[in-house]
Amino acid sequence: MSSADLAHERDLAQQRAAAQKGDLAPEHDGPRDTGLDDASLDRWLARTWQTAPGIIGALSSVDHKIVARRYLITAFFFLCLGGLSAVAMRIQLSGPERGLIGPDRYNQLFTMHGVTMMFLFAVPIVQATGIYLVPLMVGTRNIAFPRLNAFSFWIYLSGGLFAWVSFALDMAPDVGWFSYVPLSGPEFGPGKRSDVWAQMITYTEVSSLAVAVATIVTVLKQRAPGMSLDKIPLYVWAMLVTSFVIVFAMPAVMITSTFLILDRLVGTHIFNPAEGGDVLLFQHLFWFFGHPEVYIIFLPATGMVSSVIAAFARRPVFGYLGMVLSLISVGFLSFGLWVHHMFATGLPKLGASFFTASSMLIAIPNGLQIFCWLATLWDGKPIVRTPLLFVFGFFFTFVAGGLTGVMLASVPLDLQVHDTYFVVAHFHYVLIGGSVFPLLGATYFWFPKITGRIMNERLGRWHFWLAFIGFNAAFFPMHIVGLWGMPRRVYTYPAELGWGNINLFITAGAVVLFLSFVLFTINLVHSALRGAPAGDNPWNAGTLEWATMSPPPNYNFAHIPVVTHAEPLWAERDTLPVATGLRVDVRELVISTVAEAHPDVREKSATPSIWPLFAALAVGATFLYSIFSPWAVVWGAGPIAITLIGWFWPKGDPEDEE
Amino acid sequence: MLLLAGCSGWQSALDPKGPAAGELAWLIWFFTALCTAVWLLVMAVLITPLARRPAPLGDLLVLDAAAERSKMRIVVAALAATALILVGLTLLSYFANRTLAAIGSDAALTIRVTGHQWWWEVRYENDQPNRILTTANEIHIPAGEPVRLVVTSTDVIHSFWVPNLSGKLDLIPGHENVLDLKADKPGVYRGQCAEFCGAQHANMSTFIVAEPRPVFDAWLNDQLRPAVAPASGEAKAGHDLFLKRPCVMCHKIGGTIAGGTVAPDLTHIASRQTLAAGTLAMSRGNLAAWIADPQGIKPGAHMPVVGLNGDELNAIVAYLEGLK
Repeated sequence: MSSADLAHERDLAQQRAAAQKGDLAPEHDGPRDTGLDDASLDRWLARTWQTAPGIIGALSSVDHKIVARRYLITAFFFLCLGGLSAVAMRIQLSGPERGLIGPDRYNQLFTMHGVTMMFLFAVPIVQATGIYLVPLMVGTRNIAFPRLNAFSFWIYLSGGLFAWVSFALDMAPDVGWFSYVPLSGPEFGPGKRSDVWAQMITYTEVSSLAVAVATIVTVLKQRAPGMSLDKIPLYVWAMLVTSFVIVFAMPAVMITSTFLILDRLVGTHIFNPAEGGDVLLFQHLFWFFGHPEVYIIFLPATGMVSSVIAAFARRPVFGYLGMVLSLISVGFLSFGLWVHHMFATGLPKLGASFFTASSMLIAIPNGLQIFCWLATLWDGKPIVRTPLLFVFGFFFTFVAGGLTGVMLASVPLDLQVHDTYFVVAHFHYVLIGGSVFPLLGATYFWFPKITGRIMNERLGRWHFWLAFIGFNAAFFPMHIVGLWGMPRRVYTYPAELGWGNINLFITAGAVVLFLSFVLFTINLVHSALRGAPAGDNPWNAGTLEWATMSPPPNYNFAHIPVVTHAEPLWAERDTLPVATGLRVDVRELVISTVAEAHPDVREKSATPSIWPLFAALAVGATFLYSIFSPWAVVWGAGPIAITLIGWFWPKGDPEDEE
Repeated sequence: MLLLAGCSGWQSALDPKGPAAGELAWLIWFFTALCTAVWLLVMAVLITPLARRPAPLGDLLVLDAAAERSKMRIVVAALAATALILVGLTLLSYFANRTLAAIGSDAALTIRVTGHQWWWEVRYENDQPNRILTTANEIHIPAGEPVRLVVTSTDVIHSFWVPNLSGKLDLIPGHENVLDLKADKPGVYRGQCAEFCGAQHANMSTFIVAEPRPVFDAWLNDQLRPAVAPASGEAKAGHDLFLKRPCVMCHKIGGTIAGGTVAPDLTHIASRQTLAAGTLAMSRGNLAAWIADPQGIKPGAHMPVVGLNGDELNAIVAYLEGLK
């Protein structure tokens, strides 16, 4: 053992000793977990951290696991709506000049499909997975700012319902998910459709920012003692980087949508060229968010892939440092490529070429991640279960999508394929291949932790093969039909162009893909009710979420674990060292230092409260009203202020009194 | 591959008919071949372990140091190769862009294309004002000569794209973009709006008709003449109706008092191959159908239903049909 290792061991021993002495808290003001037997510790903690029974209790819950479950179920619901809208479009396109859906409805459908999949499914579901897993993986008892977290869910839910209710009322946005001006502007977008787009963005971005902030603070300040920066699980790193990307990217789209609604509602001329405005400004602002958005969806998926690969290859992921650095560099670089969505707008040639280079550059850190995973799997045959099958599906499709991305990065090449079905194929390979397949694998992987039951393996394999075949049958031919000249966002096409047969084939593939999700839903319900009991750690994985029960108790961990290795459960086979000294009669967390995760202070975690729901209702009503009148901001300010006063009313803790 | 080559048609990036599209098709094939090779290599490395024995189950954290070091060397080498390929592709794409930019440097003909919901206004620029021609949707060019398109829009963003000849370029209100293109041989090349522009984005097509220079010159001179006078009594009635009915508010017919500019110029409408921006083939029946029920054929289009009885409709169609 090297001297550095020895010094490290000594530090840890000191930490443990310090923790056991109760040095975390000099003042003795209530019962502690020190010296309690397991049964009475469980009784104390379960009562302290419980969500009150009854409907008010449920609506007041701030338990990250409960909020995350709600998020996951809601996001799955919106996935179904987005999927159904895709199937409807595919039926319309299955042959030339079909009259099933007219242009007005079709344009709403593809807009709602895009908006739903991006804003109501993909971003919320990756964040929801983080809300559930990050506190468990870093060994804490709740997410930071739990009330903000609960608030974010209510805002997200109301934003999603708002969008789909407007679809039911035939007033859904019909200008595409990026809603370019002037088409969405006051002159060419009559009615309330584009206002619905603009405010739906605001709802979902507020909720997404709130979760990002909570995730960042959880990762930086609530890690278990000993989990220094080089021992953070790769999934948690991915969520941390993603959250930072959200914090910097989302404001750009909120500004875009706010400018748009100001143009429409107040009569500003920000995007009106006749009054000195500029329509391209909208595109720059939108894509400054829009490209990082892709990585917001993709980076968490890389974390899931790392978790699954480590468990089934039965070794830590190769090249931890390289993996972390590539996550961070992807986060930075994702902000430098937005112009490649705008190559056809006639930018100066040299400037456009710069963005070719930067777009190519991001393939390097992404390539590094792929190589590290391949190196991890290389040692021998991994255990092939459904989660790993989906990871293989991820490699197969994402690498293909990444390579067509390299093609799109080339300015001249992009001018042929931009806004055609080639691009539709590309981004579905990247988003479904790069994010949905890992998410499905992650579902099979972590479902036992969430429900305590294992998902059916046979159904899982059927699901995988149907999804994999259906996906490729639906999306591979789109590359070809795009090169044959078929633009995206057309509600029909003439017979003489010869696109009929290939589109029929694509539709058949889409139906198979849809059926695979039906099978998935059956598996979810069946396994939740009848699945085999999972035990704490069914995959024998190495990270902390597997150290507690399945499903975890409301307090997550009876004692806060002390971490000695990046794969703590593999390093400490028998018993995990723990820190003690936390009070059991109030909600207390260990706050640790950012880099070394030395235990620093004990901190109270917020108790359940109904106020986040009320605040969300007040904010939601303000957003809703603001599609009709700018006075919403004035009339909404009062109710929002009242709910926030309720939310932050001092509780009489000594800390609050100071 | 056979499938791709066999089906490519008159609106396909894979069937180039001009130098720009030729350069781009070559670029597409080169990138595709290289990317396919990389993809196959990655898949081979991914699948190989599946055929091997499971690694011995020891302590999960004790790794073979020598094996890890050699892996590190391979990963670094792969990363270097990736970087090298990307640098190569970036340079390739940069030089292809320069080649494209050189195509129209000596273009003699400038055509101004303005996008409208959902049709194309086409104006042949000339130093002599009486030789400026305005027409719609169908763009005639001399084959074998570079032409310069100056593209813009007066309503929303559109994108001009004739894949057999060149890549696309957006038509943006408040901006003017320049697209140079050249057709090697005479022929008709179909194009379509490529930026979503509202209800009838799907039915906003255009045709480039490349002709030998003398044929093109004759066409241009023909188009510069005012509309022919109605030949029959029915056509004369149609002419009078056209000028009395709302048609005249939007459309122009050269040589008459019809001077509207918000809809396609109809002076030589019957000489064009299609109607309503490529939605229908030009024929007497389609003309009648389009005038009688534009909203049924192109829902959302800005052409209103003009209440006409059967005789009136026939008369107007007879008149328009004669506008060669």
